[in-house]
Amino acid sequence: MKETEQIPLYEVFVRSKRGLDHKHVGSLHAGSSEQALEYARDCYTRRSEGSSIWVVKSTDIVASQSDDASSFHDPMDDKPYRHAAHYVLPDPINNM
Amino acid sequence: MTKNSGNEHLFRYVLALGDDAMVLGQGLSDWCSRGPYLEEDLALANVALDYLGRARMFYDYAAQLEGKGRNEDDLAFFRDSREYRNYLLHELPHGDFAYTMARQLMVDIYSVEYLTALIKSSDETLSAIAQRTLKESQYHLRRSRTWVVRLGDGTEESHRRIQTAFDELWGYTHELFEPDEGEKTLAAEGIAVDCSTIKDAWDRAVNGVLAEATLTRPDEDWAVRGGRKGIHTESLGPMLAEMQYMQRAYPGLEW
Amino acid sequence: MGNFNCDAAELERRFQQRVDDELRIEPKDWMPEKYRKNLIRQISQHAHSEVIGMQPEGCWITRAPTLHRKIVLLAKVQDEGGHGLYLYSAAETLGVSRDEMIERLHNGSAKYASIFNYPSITWADVGIIGWLVDGAAIVNQITLQRTSYGPYARAMVRVCKEESFHQRQGYQSVMALAFGSEEQKAMAQDALDRWWWPSLMMFGPHDAESANSAQSMKWKIKRESNDSLRQRFVDQTVPQAEYLGLRIPDPELKWNESRGHYDFGEIDWDEFNNVVQGNGPCNRQRLAHHVKAHEDGAWVREAVKAYNEKQRARAEAEASAGQHAA
Repeated sequence: MKETEQIPLYEVFVRSKRGLDHKHVGSLHAGSSEQALEYARDCYTRRSEGSSIWVVKSTDIVASQSDDASSFHDPMDDKPYRHAAHYVLPDPINNM
Repeated sequence: MTKNSGNEHLFRYVLALGDDAMVLGQGLSDWCSRGPYLEEDLALANVALDYLGRARMFYDYAAQLEGKGRNEDDLAFFRDSREYRNYLLHELPHGDFAYTMARQLMVDIYSVEYLTALIKSSDETLSAIAQRTLKESQYHLRRSRTWVVRLGDGTEESHRRIQTAFDELWGYTHELFEPDEGEKTLAAEGIAVDCSTIKDAWDRAVNGVLAEATLTRPDEDWAVRGGRKGIHTESLGPMLAEMQYMQRAYPGLEW
Repeated sequence: MGNFNCDAAELERRFQQRVDDELRIEPKDWMPEKYRKNLIRQISQHAHSEVIGMQPEGCWITRAPTLHRKIVLLAKVQDEGGHGLYLYSAAETLGVSRDEMIERLHNGSAKYASIFNYPSITWADVGIIGWLVDGAAIVNQITLQRTSYGPYARAMVRVCKEESFHQRQGYQSVMALAFGSEEQKAMAQDALDRWWWPSLMMFGPHDAESANSAQSMKWKIKRESNDSLRQRFVDQTVPQAEYLGLRIPDPELKWNESRGHYDFGEIDWDEFNNVVQGNGPCNRQRLAHHVKAHEDGAWVREAVKAYNEKQRARAEAEASAGQHAA
């Protein structure tokens, strides 16, 4: 039973109180950018004061190729940050 | 009035504030692993943690004021429901997510007004606790306001659920603005907040959110009261039974 | 898939070279489809484990014996949920969605750590789980900090930082019991008796019997063998039990001077397989709990989407009204 569309995915970047720059720490699903910020506070900083948080909708991220681009990647591949899901995963996969 | 009876009023006042936070925290912590999705589960747990921390601060102070050698755990785990002084609104079961957020909105608006006033208390400890906890309640309010609007202006089902929640909870809000004799005395001394003074601001704020959420303000014609007198709903007994079980079954031990 | 400058065999060779050189594989890098599927399986099952693991400890939050223990336990369970979140996030970089992963958990095609299929029936269980289950998880997670897939490794670094705190809290809780009253001591011993063997089972079958092991090791998804990790866990835990004066329920447990490790008894593999296949004490209950929470929350998630849709429609209407006015 699939829901028609997900609650949007946001990437989270955190600069700790003594940090110099924002680091990508992960992602989360939220209904809005404000809520994404709130969840990021709860989930990625455990409310430590003084952290700076940026959230960006995953679909808004444009990423470059890695330096092995010429041999490794499809030069036509300008898809965004995440690995494109080329296949639908098939039936039950083995457990450990 | 002797210093002792003054202290007695203050003790009961602080105890009440501790009880408000305790039962809310206990109720919210039951959402753990039951939230509508993982991010929200974690957020609810954080709110619960805030309330539990708040309860400890108030209980610690209350125990000091009482001066009988009791500690926070004695107060939390060894008083029966007739001795609990929390408002009834706080002890009701958390219900569905709409019920939780409707209650939280009303409590959060109240808390922000209340704590803002409590910061001005001539009692240093209460003022300090209020300063620390106001930030938390402001954060809680951002959340509950967002949720009430989203649920009210979401689907037909979410609208129905949250309207029902407000309708069912409304009657429990009246006592929040009715200070008892002890509170009035302390308020006159600049120690406690006179909660009747925050009703207008609360009404305005709640009405604003209800309007934005396309919800109707419920009927005023019924009220249930008794929290500060220890006359509770039938929900508190089972909650305390669960909460206090370990201490009652294995009293006097270290954990 | 477009024009690649080299063929599949070459891609595979370069990929393996990268792995052999201890270079991280990142989301946009080419990877064998089996590697991607293997990782999705492993990371999502790891995530599911963290989330399902919230249940056996979470059920004691409302009954914790002191305010301090209540707060510590709630914070810990929340952390575990947070770990699940980091891991779902890592898995989603591989092109699988949260909804798909949850669906797989619910239909039984994705598993979670079998340890959580045992019931947590006394307060002592909570401390024992923190000490043993988190202890075992840490042994595993430390090695995963060097796993080949970047997002997974980074998630593990974050998890490891938080996990040792959990184990210490659990051990402290057991200490209070082990050094407490006779009743408390007995409670702790009883919990240890029930959780010891399941904790050893957390490391999985002997490597010779694990279908995925060899390939996982080659791709450096897995960094150490099951048996090696299990041995490390036993070696570090036995002295901890001795300190508490608690007895580990294994008559064959003894220090082997020549090996420099503890010898221990054989796991009951029938029980292991039975639980993995779904017949443990709590399998149905754990899943039903998760399914219920998800289904109960459906109307909430729908409301979020509906609200967003309304906002979007309103914004569009305003924008075009503005254009007409201008």
